[in-house]
Order: sequence, then C-alpha cells, then structure tokens
Amino acid sequence: MSTIESIIRLRGVEKAFGPKEVLRGIDLDVDTGESLVILGGSGSGKSVLLKHMIRLLRPDTGTVEVDGVDLATLSDRQITNFRRRFGMSFQEGALFDSMTVYENVAFPLRRSTKMSRSEIDARVAECLDMVDLEQAGHKLPSELSGGMRRRVGFARSIALEPKILLFDEPTTGLDPVLTAIIDQVIISLRKQLGSTTVTITHDLNSAFRIADRLAMLHGGQIIEIGPPNAFRASTNPFVQQFLAGSAEGPLHDG
Amino acid sequence: MIDRIASFLDNFFLAMGRFAITFWRVMVWTPRPPYDFAQLFRQMVRVGVDSLPVVMLTALFTGMVMALQTFTVLARFDAESYVGSLVALSMVRELAPVLAALMIAGRVGSAMGAELGTMRVTEQIDALEVLATDPFHYLMVPRVWATTLTLPLLVALADLVGILGGYLIAVVLLGANPVTYIDNTYQYMELNDLTSGLIKAAVFGMLLSTIGCMQGYFTRGGAEGVGQATTRAVVLGSISILITDFFLTKILF
Repeated sequence: MSTIESIIRLRGVEKAFGPKEVLRGIDLDVDTGESLVILGGSGSGKSVLLKHMIRLLRPDTGTVEVDGVDLATLSDRQITNFRRRFGMSFQEGALFDSMTVYENVAFPLRRSTKMSRSEIDARVAECLDMVDLEQAGHKLPSELSGGMRRRVGFARSIALEPKILLFDEPTTGLDPVLTAIIDQVIISLRKQLGSTTVTITHDLNSAFRIADRLAMLHGGQIIEIGPPNAFRASTNPFVQQFLAGSAEGPLHDG
Repeated sequence: MIDRIASFLDNFFLAMGRFAITFWRVMVWTPRPPYDFAQLFRQMVRVGVDSLPVVMLTALFTGMVMALQTFTVLARFDAESYVGSLVALSMVRELAPVLAALMIAGRVGSAMGAELGTMRVTEQIDALEVLATDPFHYLMVPRVWATTLTLPLLVALADLVGILGGYLIAVVLLGANPVTYIDNTYQYMELNDLTSGLIKAAVFGMLLSTIGCMQGYFTRGGAEGVGQATTRAVVLGSISILITDFFLTKILF
C-alpha cells in the first residue's frame, strides 16, 4: 500500500505492562481517508494499540507519527492542542456522567473554541442529528441505553470536526440489530466528514461492513493486513481460525 | 522480611513520585486559562458548606472534653482559672486544624479518590484528554484550590465553636467564673497562635486534596481499584496530615 499518503504511521512500536509484553514491534500505516479495521481476540492489545495513536499511552520503543509529527516530541501542552484533530469514542461511551447529553457534546466546543452560545447550540444539534439522537439532549447518561450512550459518544467525538476518528470496540455487547445501526452511523459519519477512521473490534460482521482494509493483531504483532477480499483469502492459520470462529486451531485462550 | 521492607519502600517512593507529579502539574496549570470559577465554587460548597455540620460537631465536643479534662487536672494545682486559656490555645494551635483536616480527609479526600477513580476506570479521564482537556487542569485545579481555600475558613469557625464548647462545660457545668474564663481565653492568646493554625489548615487542605485526586487519577483495575483508591486517599491523607503537623508546628511556633 502507498506509504506516502499515510496519516498515521507506527514503526517498531513495543509496549509492556510490567512483565507482560502487549505490543511486540508494530509497523502500521493508516492511509489518509481510509477506514481501517483492526481485528484481534480479547486481550490481544487492540485498545492498547489504538491508545498509542493518540498518545494516551506511549511506546516503550518505536515511534508513532501523525501527520508527519512524531508524537513523542510534543510537550504536554502541545499534545493537548494536537489532539483536536482526533475524535475518539470509547468502549462504553465514557460519557461524563454528571452532565447531560447536551453538555457532553457541547463540552469540547466550550473548552476549546470561542463559539458563541447559539453557535454551540447549533453545532450540538447538528452532531446529535447525525447520530439520530436530536431529542435526547436533556437526558443524563444513566437514562440512556448502551447503544444510545455510544452514539452520544460519537456525537461528542465529532463535535470539533476531526480529521481522524478512532473507535474503540464500538459494537461490543450490543445485539445484532443495534450493531448494524451503529455500523451505519459510522459509515454515514465517514461519508459526511470525510475523515480517516480506525476501528478496533472483534465483531467480524461489523468489521467487513465498515472496512476498506482489515488488519489482524495477534501476539503483539500485525499478522495480516489487506482489503476485505484479500484478508478473507489469507492463508494465515490464525486469521483463518478467527474468521471461522473455530475453537480448533492455533489460537487459544491465554 | 526483606521482601516486605522492599515492597514498603517501593510503595513509599511510588506515592512520593506521584504526589510530586500531581502537585507540580496542578501548580503549572493553575495560572492557565480557561478559569473555571463555577467549578471552583461548586467544590468550595462541597468542602465547606456540606462539611460544616460534621466539623462543627467535632469541634464542639473536642472543646467540651478539653474543658472537662483540663479542669480535673488543673484543679489539683488550684489552677482552674487557666482552663479557658488552655482550651483556647489547644483548639486554635493544634486541635481544630488537625481534627478538621482529618474529618475532611475522610469526607472529601475519599470522595475525590472515588470520583476520579471511577472516571479513570470508565475511561472518562481518557475522554477528557482526547477532548483536548488536561485532566489536571479541569479536575484537579479547582478541587485542590477549593480545599486549600476553604479549610482555613472551616477551621476559623471550628476555633470559635470549640472555645464555646469549653466555655459551656467550664462555666455552666463546672461553675467556673464566666468573666475570668473569657478573660483568660483572650489574655494569653497571640495573633501568631491563630494565624499559624490557619496556615496549617491551608497546608493540610492542599495535601489531602492532592492526595485524594492523585489516588483517583492513578486508579487501576475496575471497582476493586476504585475501592483501594478511596481507602488510600483517606489513609495516606490522614498519615501525611499527622506527620506534616509535627514539622509545621516545629517551624511555625
């Protein structure tokens, strides 16, 4: 794949938590405008990998470049500003539970723009509309279902019109219908914003619906990467077992 | 045995390092805009107004028991008339700041640990960072300053209530002369007694809130982690209040 156009570039990224090596030399390029889905079993370090792209975690060795900038070179203050080009949604939504839905979506606008109250109102309405939740502004996160919480999380993450969207297991724990709805929301957000998206999931249906390219993370390394058809045809036994959802094979629990 | 000492030292230095980082970052972020006065005010209400009953009750009974104890002892030297000054000086210099700070460590420090800990394990702190907001700036600056500013005010009230408690016991229950009692309360008190007590209160406030926030921020591992963070916020907060109290007393008096 073309490495010239890559917006996120990881080189030799290694990360260990105590004695546990989670990432063992990740080389990965995310192309501008594409939808990359990273697959992997539970506990394979997918979330850890995603968090490196936005420096919520720092690599022990290796580099992470975004837009040609090595994240390790930014000061704490610079990274705070730099992160404005990202939108990230978390596994359970990670909504601020003391604030209403409206306040959650308005939060980044109030904190890091000089928009007037009416401009913020308009932008929040727009973002909530994109995830089909225009009526929910006054509700508290505790009053929402799991799927709604995630959609509010999406709305919040797109408020600043980010170039890059990161989705951390957007459909885990949702029923198939809700999963399909969330997938549609992701696809339509991408269309409307033209952003690059990186999604991590272990949900295969969801992955093939939203991906331009798929990658598989196993044993702390990317063992396969390619467009959906090529990925499906992979001869890698780990990938084959994962795709088949079979208990027999080289993958095992722990 | 050696393992135990090693792990104790390990934890000790870990806590010291985390405290230093937290304190430093709170100080660095304090002068930077945007200033969140609404949040500062909300936290001050939480520390001050909401803790008023429990701190006043503590002060009242401490003043009362001080009067009872000192009266009995001083009576042996025919020095009952000094009860007023003893109660007032002990309250103002030592008891009100330390006891109020310990109550606030239990009430507010623990709440900060639990609140930030929950935000950590539900990824709300990560979400803050992603939304271009530094959690030290947004969460800790208002909490630490609210506690630092409010605790001296609470202690000033506790001084008054404690002295009142002593008066009630000495005069009403034990029949001391009210005029001499009040005279003695003021006569031997210097301004330094009062101010040093309030300075102590401010330092304790800063300590216990920074420790509470830090325990919450560095929480790991689900509900159990939050529980541990809360416990540690209280234990570490209380211990450091008592240790700091000794050294502050040495410096300030």
